[in-house]
Amino acid sequence: MNVLVLTEHLQGSFTDATFEALAVGRRLGGPVEAVLAGPASMAGQLGGADTVLVVEDPALESFIPEAHARVFAALVAEREPEVVLVPYTSMGMDVASEVSMRCGLPLVSYCTDVRVDEGLSATCRLYAGKIEVDVDVPGGRGVFAMLSGSAAAADGRSGGAGEVVKVATPDLAGLRTRFERLVEPAGGDVDITAVEVLVVVGRGIESKDNIAQAEALAAALGGAVACSRPIVDQGWLPKTRQVGKSGLTVKPKVYLALGVSGAPEHLEGMRKASTIIAVNKDPKAPIFGVAHYGWVGDLFELIPELTVKVG
Amino acid sequence: MNIAVLLRVVPDPVEELELSSGGTDLDRDFLGFVVNEFDEHALEEALLLKEEAGGSVTAFALGTADEVTQMLHTALAKGAASAIKLGDGLDPLDAHAQAELFAEAVKGGSFDAVLCGVQASDELDGQVAMLLAARLGLPHVSVVVGVRPADGGLRVTKEYWAGITAEFRVDLPVVLGVQAARQPPRYVAVAKIREAQQSGALQEIDVTAPMSASGLRVTAMRIPETAEGAEMITGDEIAAADRIAELIREAR
Repeated sequence: MNVLVLTEHLQGSFTDATFEALAVGRRLGGPVEAVLAGPASMAGQLGGADTVLVVEDPALESFIPEAHARVFAALVAEREPEVVLVPYTSMGMDVASEVSMRCGLPLVSYCTDVRVDEGLSATCRLYAGKIEVDVDVPGGRGVFAMLSGSAAAADGRSGGAGEVVKVATPDLAGLRTRFERLVEPAGGDVDITAVEVLVVVGRGIESKDNIAQAEALAAALGGAVACSRPIVDQGWLPKTRQVGKSGLTVKPKVYLALGVSGAPEHLEGMRKASTIIAVNKDPKAPIFGVAHYGWVGDLFELIPELTVKVG
Repeated sequence: MNIAVLLRVVPDPVEELELSSGGTDLDRDFLGFVVNEFDEHALEEALLLKEEAGGSVTAFALGTADEVTQMLHTALAKGAASAIKLGDGLDPLDAHAQAELFAEAVKGGSFDAVLCGVQASDELDGQVAMLLAARLGLPHVSVVVGVRPADGGLRVTKEYWAGITAEFRVDLPVVLGVQAARQPPRYVAVAKIREAQQSGALQEIDVTAPMSASGLRVTAMRIPETAEGAEMITGDEIAAADRIAELIREAR
């Protein structure tokens, strides 16, 4: 059973999600090949693969959704692996669906585990992490978009033969997308990665006006307010306050989550906090799966009590 | 610019979900649906783009539920020129089939851009937006957080992680998976939605749902054990505030 991992990198480093995918591949036991679309000089970092297939081309210097998807699809078609692993990330989303469609392979998204027992099967998390789903892949071959946290990145950094093989660039004629520039985030706001106590609000805070209550609690604690993605998308707090896959990864001493359900995208950015306390009215909210302490109840009743107590 | 927007409803993310008796689907009898929040952002970005570059927005949606009709009337009220409901009997967990139906629907429309939410919480087998792009052989960018007209094409901002973004210049036509519009989705007065309802502008097209296209078979669903790790605090908010204050003191 052959595994092919489609790697992703930015500014000279592979993402942790890439190493996690390699770790999932190693866990499956078969030979693990990795495709690197980019500079061959980076291949040495992929010690978790038995073979690193390098496609080096000036057109692939920076990630271009259309170009990288085309290269990966061509390699999948040529190598015919049973299992194709793609990180479920910003880049992976542009890649996975196109590989699935071009190669006629089924795709499993939000995937947390892949198994090869009697047949090929997988587990994934739908509905913002609230439901776990087992699926069979009857054809015996598939593309799996792996959620962060599916394996330890450390297990994917070594253990393979790491043989580097250069392969010809698949046809990239007629690209309609041009990479222009990378933009680093603007600074200037509170650095939530450096704060010891974070009061984190999610959808449960209900309105922009209610954020003032969380601000008052954070002030009483000498901490800062952070939030999950929907709060930023609504324009209630700036991007600099967002915790999660598309935001920042934080490791404060205290992480007080108020009305945060705990979607996989959010958990990815906070699971390493020292003490996680979660408050949610839904006893089944996934946030309780990573929290150290939890209380099921109304955050609007709790906040004033707590603000007075810690003030 | 001729823009198509694909809209979907998903189970309300704040509701508690129950499983069906067979254990391979949600119990859909009493399920509340809301507009997929990413699709709402796609609509907003499409309207902003139209206001900037001229042209029109056409909204498409799959399904026959009341929420779907309501969603399309709202899109009309917000500024879409037309709204088209594609009736279906689709497996709700088949993004490949959804992409197939949407692809058929937008094919004849000579759209310059197709905008759709980057993801939905029920996309078991891939992102509809990106599957559609692949099916139509169009360039695509997902996790889009901004779109601007640029000399005959579009300049698209894609978000990576930790706030890093990349800018691309893409030719038309293009498919975009929108994460967040440049500004929060606009509100629209109920009176305007009612006006849209009465205008009769909503079109319906019957489509034939393709056979299961995902190539997957759901064998089981379960609600993950979540509280196994957490020590649960009992009592009312006063007791909870006491205990949480104590925990914070100990932890820092």
